[in-house]
Amino acid sequence: MTDQPLVLGIETSCDETGIGIVRGRTLLSNTIASSMDEHARYGGVVPEVAARAHLEEMQPAIERALAEAQVRLEDLDAVAVTSGPGLAGALMVGIGAAKGLAVSLGKPLYAVNHLVGHIAADILTPDSVPLEYPTIALLVSGGHTSLLHVRDLTTDVELLGETVDDAAGEAFDKVARILGLPYPGGPEIDRAAVGGDPAAIRFPRGLSRASDLEKHRYDFSFSGLKTAVARWIEREQAAGSEIPVADVAASFREAVVDVLVTKALAACADRGVPRLLLGGGVIANRRLREVALARAAEVGATVRIPPLSLCTDNGAMIAGLAAELIASGRQPSTLAFGADSTLPVTEIQVAEDRASAEDAPVRAGLEVG
Amino acid sequence: MDTSLGSAVGLIGRDGRTLADVSQTGRLGHAEAIGSLLEQVLAAAPSPESDDEPDPDPLTHVAAGMGPGPFTGLRIGIAAARAFALGRGVPVIAVPSHHAAALEVIETDAPAEPFAILTDARRRETAVTVYEGIDVDGIPHAVVDTVLVPQADVDRKLGALRRIEVTAISGAAVARIARRAVAAGRTLTGSEPLYLRPPDARVPSAPKKVGP
Ligand SMILES: [Zn+2]
Repeated sequence: MTDQPLVLGIETSCDETGIGIVRGRTLLSNTIASSMDEHARYGGVVPEVAARAHLEEMQPAIERALAEAQVRLEDLDAVAVTSGPGLAGALMVGIGAAKGLAVSLGKPLYAVNHLVGHIAADILTPDSVPLEYPTIALLVSGGHTSLLHVRDLTTDVELLGETVDDAAGEAFDKVARILGLPYPGGPEIDRAAVGGDPAAIRFPRGLSRASDLEKHRYDFSFSGLKTAVARWIEREQAAGSEIPVADVAASFREAVVDVLVTKALAACADRGVPRLLLGGGVIANRRLREVALARAAEVGATVRIPPLSLCTDNGAMIAGLAAELIASGRQPSTLAFGADSTLPVTEIQVAEDRASAEDAPVRAGLEVG
Repeated sequence: MDTSLGSAVGLIGRDGRTLADVSQTGRLGHAEAIGSLLEQVLAAAPSPESDDEPDPDPLTHVAAGMGPGPFTGLRIGIAAARAFALGRGVPVIAVPSHHAAALEVIETDAPAEPFAILTDARRRETAVTVYEGIDVDGIPHAVVDTVLVPQADVDRKLGALRRIEVTAISGAAVARIARRAVAAGRTLTGSEPLYLRPPDARVPSAPKKVGP
């Protein structure tokens, strides 16, 4: 194909219907239709509500993206879609649409990994120096909390650790509810924490004791933290004290941020990789960015943070990852793949058509130029 | 295209003749199946002599079965139909899936009496639509719109009415219904799938006490 392929990416792993269009590493459109408002009254993402919204938003979002990118469907070199991980019913809407579109146009289809897509978001950033490998990547959202060792975006991503219970974003949502704040919890906790003392209450840091670190050095746990916050509030209420909401919010947030940054930088040190890439919607949290930047600077590690519009779930990162796969000579996926809600991060592309790869007279990578 | 039960894709010509009608039964695997089924069916479409020539007989409409059916699978076919249509720049015609099942019954044995199309709606419920013949446009006439009936009540509710339990929908039959609707300038159902149930979600009450 080409080293500057025009790719449309479809992302429906959670509550954002994301359609992205890229030409190689150039971002042409990052169109997102979110069903977040519809989930607000339920206090969290409801898979069936998300899947219904994806179906309704899909066609208008594709049309908006094409208009913004000023390209026609016929011009596309490939279609890309998230195969997993994510909510199965939501993923399947995107997969159905991607297959319908690819077959309709007679274009190759690339089924890719959502988490690796978050890493690819970084290469779509204009004027920044190219992402240096290897890098440690910390991906934090309402759906996942993962620590990765990325040696190569298209061939070698290792999962170091992930959450064993709630995702960090979920913890924000749940603690916001405990504090009587609306969904989504991240920005609400941030607002409530203004003026609060992050050191007022020492909430537990999950999986951070020496005994936990042996087995779960890079894993996260936020469910105990949420319970600790609830218990602390109940004790104060039982004692007739006024709840210092700003202090609780700031101290809770500090506990989350501390664990995330400590474990990420531990991975950087252990692996001898002084580079940390942040991704996922929770990166919108200013305190997380501040602490990560400050503590990384102390140990001489660089931190990369893509623009927030590329940190939250989006189709551009999916298109961007597929564009890299194409440029590196990878064959399209067969049409037989489905949704894999627990797709491991090592599977960067799903169902690559290896038969046609063997038939190819020259590895496509050699033709690039 | 219809994924309200199994996965089905059909193709009919301008004259209504079936050119292809393929399916994969079973409720699982709609997402896996739909692309290959589409490809198989397109292989039966009239195609230009060479890549440089325009298509002599391009596809003009895409018909989507809108259910009822288990939601997760149902949406896959509708999403695929819409995206496929977008790729070809043609409209999507929404078709109630039971209409297609009823049309096949009418075409094969032209029942004189009303009959009910029944499909499994999960959660011990059955989706039921009662039909009687076809209307002036050739479209099965639903005398009772689709409702969900608890399986335990089906006998009592339907009484002596003839029941036809359907486990597969034909893509070509969905296309034939759409062709008749287009000819008559009619809209058979809205753009929302025939969910018949609200999303399964509870609005949370006040925060739960976390006991010591
Ligand atoms: Zn994500």
